[in-house]
Parts: sequence; structure tokens; C-alpha cells
Amino acid sequence: MNQNILELKNLSVNYGEHTVLDSINFTVTSHSFISIVGPNGAGKSTLIKVLLGLTEFSSGSVLIFGNKPGKVDSSLISYVPQIKTMDRNFPAIAIELVISGVQQRWPWALHGDARTKAENALQLVGAKQIANRAIADLSGGELQRVCIARSIAKYPKLIIMDEPAAGIDAVGESDLYKLLEDYQSKSDATILMITHDWHIANHHSDFVLVLNRKQISYGPPVESLKEENMRRAFGHIGHDHTLKSF
Amino acid sequence: MLELLSLPFMQRALIGGVLVGFLASYYGVFVVQRGLSFLGSGLAHAAFGGVALGLLLDSEPLWIAVPFTIIVAIGITWVKNKTKLGSDTTIGIFFSVSMALGIVFLFMRKQYSVDAFTYLFGSILSVSYTDILFTSFVVIITIAFFPLWKRWAYSSFDRELAQADRVPVLFDDYVLSVLIAVTVVVSIKLVGIVLIAAFLVIPAATARLLSKSFSRMTVVSIIIGTLSAIVGLWASYLLDVPSGAAIILLQACTFFISMIFSSAK
Repeated sequence: MNQNILELKNLSVNYGEHTVLDSINFTVTSHSFISIVGPNGAGKSTLIKVLLGLTEFSSGSVLIFGNKPGKVDSSLISYVPQIKTMDRNFPAIAIELVISGVQQRWPWALHGDARTKAENALQLVGAKQIANRAIADLSGGELQRVCIARSIAKYPKLIIMDEPAAGIDAVGESDLYKLLEDYQSKSDATILMITHDWHIANHHSDFVLVLNRKQISYGPPVESLKEENMRRAFGHIGHDHTLKSF
Repeated sequence: MLELLSLPFMQRALIGGVLVGFLASYYGVFVVQRGLSFLGSGLAHAAFGGVALGLLLDSEPLWIAVPFTIIVAIGITWVKNKTKLGSDTTIGIFFSVSMALGIVFLFMRKQYSVDAFTYLFGSILSVSYTDILFTSFVVIITIAFFPLWKRWAYSSFDRELAQADRVPVLFDDYVLSVLIAVTVVVSIKLVGIVLIAAFLVIPAATARLLSKSFSRMTVVSIIIGTLSAIVGLWASYLLDVPSGAAIILLQACTFFISMIFSSAK
């Protein structure tokens, strides 16, 4: 039986007078793939930061694995930021980046159990051959593979991703979702990701949260991504032809 | 060279040079990688305020400069985290205020401050055994705090990722800024206030050109920082020029040679 790993009740976040998130309610069970969809400024990144314990919320309650954000065993959760926000001038090789996900510290030396786990993760995502390349020399798709390896190397129960397809080409994007689905089929992990692509959300998700500061809808893609919900979230939908395929 | 090593002041200068060369090049990697090069200048000028206050009070300037610079370092970190101001703006404010205080203190002293020249440009004659003892203590603290390297490195790479992995980045920022402040103060007598920023930055920047990983960058920076301090002090004695300038010019040569070498690869 699937268990609840994430429960949000009436979550609100205010910055002074400004409401960023208002009354968000949803529950996520294990082994599910959740997409968060919404326009820019909808509060998607803020929601992720609340879950990671990086931002305080104003009211409501949030429980992850039965604990408050920030009090959860960090080995249970992996976070994949947008690769375009990463400092690629930092002197690092790919395997160091993966080991940092295992150790939750930057590695001084590359040996031991952490290295083995990192190599296995890189092997799993088909990136073992680039383990010793500088991150500055990797393409967007290669770096994203390394980041996926980093996120799965410690076998987390929840992977939170912020626009994982941003900055990579169409082939890389297709590979990315295949990797995620492969990992999910081999583990009981839950994946929660922000995406701007409604088509991707529809195709890969078990549940979709449509957000525009308020919760517009939450449910299976066919229900959550209905035209009326998208109009409420985005104001208009004419610019996105992918909706026609729903 | 052997004759040089038999001179007590030179022995003190060389031991001091190795110690501060190690400290500055170790902390320099974080300064460079976090884009905080201006912090070195800011803290050096804060130290000038402390040194000037020490001269005014007729006490050992470094004992006043250490707490003075630590307070400024904590102030810079606090303002940076509490406001939306950029670090350059925050450092610039503290930099100017400390410098202004230093000028006022020297003016109030109402006598020609020959010591001030030493503190501004560095001198191999100025290092005392007390300085060496205090600097050794800072080196021991640095080695004892080595496990923090992994946390500082992680948050230097990506602050948000480190926070998500429960690294106490704010606490670590304060510890790092205090240790950089103390490093700046203990380096003053050899390198001089004017050149300390370069002393922090150049070995680390050179190491960055030669390294693919952050741990390697740290090791290479320490080697460059320590060796350049020894050779620079030797050159300072032979050429009779201020030690700070000799060390920095040597480090600059290493940087440009490394740049040519790394561009050619």
C-alpha cells in the first residue's frame, strides 16, 4: 500500500504584504510522479523551497515523511536545481559533483564507498565515461545526466527537480525523462518536478498541480490540465499548441 | 642563503612567511571562488583602523587590530545576510568607515607614525616571536577546522544545494569570515595592508588556472602561497625592497606564467 510522503494543508507564504502562495492543499503518495505547472511568478520555486526547508511558510502545515521541512533526514530527499543556475566555473569534475550528493559535503578525496556509489549512479545514467571531465566542459545534456546521477546516488525516496529540462536539447530532454522513469521503476521513489511544458506534465505525471499563487487544480493530468484550469492559471492558452493534443 | 638563515630577524620572517603564506592561500581559495576578492581589501583597511587605534593607545597594534577586524568581518557578513545589498556595497561601506577611523586615530596621535609605514607596506624586520606564536595558533585552529573545508567548498559551489543538504551555511559564513579576518591581521607585518588583498587572491587565482578540482586547487594554492612567501622574503632581503611588494610581484609572475601555460594547453 502506498504511504503518504508529503501532506500540505492550507499552506500560505507571505513576504510582508505580498502573498506568494495561498491555501495550498495536496497529498503525495509514494512511487508517484508529480508535475507542478504554472506561469512565471506562480510560486512554484517558493513551494519547492518550502519543501526543502529553505523558506519559512506563514501558515498551514507541511509534513514530509511525517516531519516538518528542515527536520527530515536529508538522505531521504534529493534536490536537482536548474543546471543553468549552477556555477560551472567552479573547479569540479563530474564524479565530485555526484559524490557531493552522496556525502552531502564537497569531497576532498575520491575514494571509498561514496566513490563506488557515485560510479554506479553514473553507470546507471550512462555517464560513466565522463566521470573525470570538468563540469565546465560538459554539454547541458551531459551535466543534466550527472545531476540525475547525483540525485539518485544516495537512493532517495523523494527527488525534487526544478525545471530539469531547462538548458538541454530535445534529445537530452527525452533521455532525461527515460532515465527518471527507469529509476522510478527500479525504486519506490517519488518524483516532484516543476515544468513549463504541459505536454511533458501530461505525458509523464501521475498527478499535476496547477498553480498560480493559489492552487488551481490537483489531480490526474487529464483532469488537472483541463482547458478551464489552464485559462485560470495562465490567463490564456492560445500560445501553447501542445494543449490541443490533450 | 645559509648566511641569510643565520640572521635571527630573517629566521622569524621566514617562519612567519611560511605560516601566513599557508593561511592566506588556504582561505584565498574560498575568497576567489565566492567572488569575494574585495573582502580582502575591506578587511585589510579595517585592520588599518585597528592598527591605528593600537598606535594611538600605545599598545601592540595587532592585539587591537584582531578584535577590530573580526567585528568588521562579522558586521559585513551580518549586513550582507540581513539586507539586499550586494557584498561589494557592504564591504565598501565598512572599508571606508574603517579607513576613516584609522586616519582620525593617526591624526589624534599627533606624532609622525613611522610604524604606520611598516604596517602599510610590510617589513621583514618587523616580525616578532610573539607574532609567530600567535600566527602558529591560527594555523593550528585552521588545521583543527579542516573538516569545515567540505562544507565551505559545498556552499561555495552552490549555496542552495548545501542548504538543502542541511549545511549550516550562515554559521559557516561567519566562521569563515572571522578566520579570513584573523589571517589578514596576522599577514599585515610581512605583506602590508596595501597588498594583503592580492596576497589572498593571487595564489588561489593561479591555482584555479592549474586545477580541475577544488581540492587540487586548495593544495596548489597552498604550495604557491608558501613558496612565494619564502622566495619573496629572500628577494626582499637581497634587493632591499619592502617584503610585501617582493612577495606579491613574485606571485604575479607565477600567475602570468600559469596563465600562458594554461592557455597553451
